[in-house]
Amino acid sequence: MKQKFNIITSTCVPLPLENVDTDQIIPARFLKATDKKGFGENLFRDWRYDKQGNKISSFVLNDPTYGGKILVAGKNFGSGSSREHAAWAIADFGFRVVVSSFFADIHKNNELNNFVLPVVVSEAFLANLFKSIYADPKMEVEVNLPAQTITNKATGESEHFEINAYKKNCLMNGLDDIDYLLANKSKIEDYEQRNK
Amino acid sequence: MNTLFDKIWDAHVVQKVDDGPTQLYIDRLYCHEVTSPQAFEGLRERGLKCFRPKQIFCMPDHNTPTHDQDKPIADPVSKKQVDALEKNAHDFGLSYYGMMNRKNGIIHVVGPERGLTLPGMTIVCGDSHTSTHGAMGAVAFGIGTSEVEMVLASQCILQTKPKSMRITIDGKLKKGVIAKDVALYLMSKMTTSGATGYFVEYAGEAVRSLSMEGRLTLCNLSIEMGARGGMVAPDEKTFEYIKGREFAPKGEAWDKALAYWKTLKSGNDAVFDKEIHFDAADIEPMITFGTNPGMGMGITNHIPTTEKMDAVAKASFNKAMTYMGFTPGESLLGKKIDYVFLGSCTNGRIEDFRAFASLVKGHKKSEHVIAWIVPGSWEVEKQIRDEGIDKVLNAAGFEIRQPGCSACLAMNDDKIPAGKYAVSTSNRNFEGRQGPGARTLLAGPLVAAAAAVTGCITDPRELMK
Repeated sequence: MKQKFNIITSTCVPLPLENVDTDQIIPARFLKATDKKGFGENLFRDWRYDKQGNKISSFVLNDPTYGGKILVAGKNFGSGSSREHAAWAIADFGFRVVVSSFFADIHKNNELNNFVLPVVVSEAFLANLFKSIYADPKMEVEVNLPAQTITNKATGESEHFEINAYKKNCLMNGLDDIDYLLANKSKIEDYEQRNK
Repeated sequence: MNTLFDKIWDAHVVQKVDDGPTQLYIDRLYCHEVTSPQAFEGLRERGLKCFRPKQIFCMPDHNTPTHDQDKPIADPVSKKQVDALEKNAHDFGLSYYGMMNRKNGIIHVVGPERGLTLPGMTIVCGDSHTSTHGAMGAVAFGIGTSEVEMVLASQCILQTKPKSMRITIDGKLKKGVIAKDVALYLMSKMTTSGATGYFVEYAGEAVRSLSMEGRLTLCNLSIEMGARGGMVAPDEKTFEYIKGREFAPKGEAWDKALAYWKTLKSGNDAVFDKEIHFDAADIEPMITFGTNPGMGMGITNHIPTTEKMDAVAKASFNKAMTYMGFTPGESLLGKKIDYVFLGSCTNGRIEDFRAFASLVKGHKKSEHVIAWIVPGSWEVEKQIRDEGIDKVLNAAGFEIRQPGCSACLAMNDDKIPAGKYAVSTSNRNFEGRQGPGARTLLAGPLVAAAAAVTGCITDPRELMK
C-alpha cells in the first residue's frame, strides 16, 4: 500500500449518490478478516452482486463503459463506521483517487493512511465532472498532487485542492505516520514526565 | 478558544507538526476484535512491543453470540477473530475481558461502567461510537486500524485539530421523550454531515437534566452527524457516577482528581467556531424512516416529500424509500413490524431496560414479533436480575440474551432477514446494516417497547396514559 503518489491521469468511475456510507463500501460481514488482503472483491458488495452472487448489471462497477483509477462520488462520501476496511477495499480494487465535494472525517483519514488521495472539489466542479463523464466515458481527469490541482480534461476546468504539507509529503514519498512517531519517542517520554 | 475541548486537547499536545497534524497523547485505548488484528500484525512485522500496555483494555464484542457464550463460537471466521484478540492481548501484555468474563460486554458500555473512562482523558478506539465516552467529560473519538497501530506503538496519534461546536438544548424534555429521542432529533436537524469537521460540546438545561446513561446515549450518536466527537462537561452527576467504580481513583488520588475535574468546563468567555440552539419542547419521541440516522422524524409526523430536493438528493431519497418500502408523505403509525432489538452501545444500559420494562409491564409481546433483548454487558445483565426486571420481561414474553453488539451490525448470528422491519435501539439504519435487505427503524427503548407489544409502530405515550 505504500506507493508513492505524484500525478495520476485516468478515466473515472461515476457514483452520483450522496451519503455513501462505509457499510455500503464494505458490509460488516467482511470485517472478520485478520489481514488486509482481498478486500477489493467485496467493495460495494451488496450493490455489485445479488444474493445468489450474480453481478447486478445496472451497478457502475459492473458496467464496462466506465473504469479507471478515479472514483467520483456524491457528497458526504464515507460516512458512518470508522472501518478502515473501506479504504482497503477502495485501494485493493484499484482506485488511487476519490473525488467528492465532501468527505466524512474518519474515512478521509483512513484513505490518506492508505495512499488513496481524497480530493475535495466544489459542488459546481463535481456536477460538471459527472456531466463530462456521462457525455464521454473515455474522458480523463488529471490529479496533480505536487501542484495540488485537479483538471477535467474534457472541459479544461481546473481547481486547487487542499491537503496539509505533512500528509502531502507522506503520500509523495511513501512514508507512514508510525515511522514519524517512533522517531519522536523522547518527546513522548518528556510529555509523560511533565504530566505525572 | 477556552472551550472544554480546547482545554483537554491542549493539555495532551506532545508537539505540533509544521503545516501538519498535532501529535496528541492518548490516555486510554480500547481495543475490540474487529479493528485490531491488522494493527497487532503491524507491530509484529516491525518487531515492536506495545509502548504503554497498562493504558490499553481489550475485549471482544462485535462477533460474540448472544447465546451459548460458554461454548466455542460456531462461526469459524468469527471465532478466529476473537481468538486473535485474546492471543494479541496475551502476547502484548494487555488487559483482556473475554467472553463469559463478568467484566465483558460492549466496549463502550464497559469503559464507563468500570471507571476506565474518566473526565479530562483523551480516549480512542477503532470504532466510530467511541464518541460515547465524551459523556464523562473526555475527548473521545473513533480511529482506523492504522491509527490503532500508532497508539499501540507510541501511545500517540497524529490528528488535525477539529473545529469546535456547541449545541445547546434549553428547556425541559416532554413526557415520554428520552435521551435517544434527543439524539435522533439532533440528527434529523443536523443531517449526517452537519457536524463534520467539528468536535461538539452538548450544553443547556435539557442536556444537564439527562442522567449519565442518557448523556452516554446522546454522545454515542455524535458520529452520526459527522462530528469528530461529542462531550458533556462533567458535573456532580458525573462524579457521583464514577465514585467507587473499579478503576476510579481512590482516597487522596480521588480528591486530587476531583479538584481537577471541577475545572473541566468551557469558560464564560469561551468562543466556539459554531453555536447552535434547540428547544427541548420541540422534541417528540422519534423514529427513522430512511437509510441514514438523519432521516428521522417525530413519531406522529409524516415522511417528507421530494418536491424541494435537487436531482442528486432526490435520487438518494427515492433509493431509500424503495429500499424501505415506504412512500414520501405517509405516516408510519400502525405499520406492522417484525423484529424489535433492545441493546447496543447506544441503549444497552440498565436505564434502557428499566424504560423498556416499565412500558411492557402488564402487557404481552405481540405474537408475530421476534424480540432480541441484549444487555450491554454482564454487569448490566446482573443488574437486570437484581432489580427483578428479568421477571417483568419474562412475564411479558421476552427473553434476555447474553451481552454483545449483536443485531446492531449483525456480525454474529443475530441477523434481520431481508425485507423484514426491525425497530432497533441501535445507532445505524444503513442499507443492509442489520443483515442484507434488512429494514431498520431506529428508535429509543420506549418506542421499541410500544412496537414490541402492539406489533406495529406506536406512539409510546398512548401506552403511558
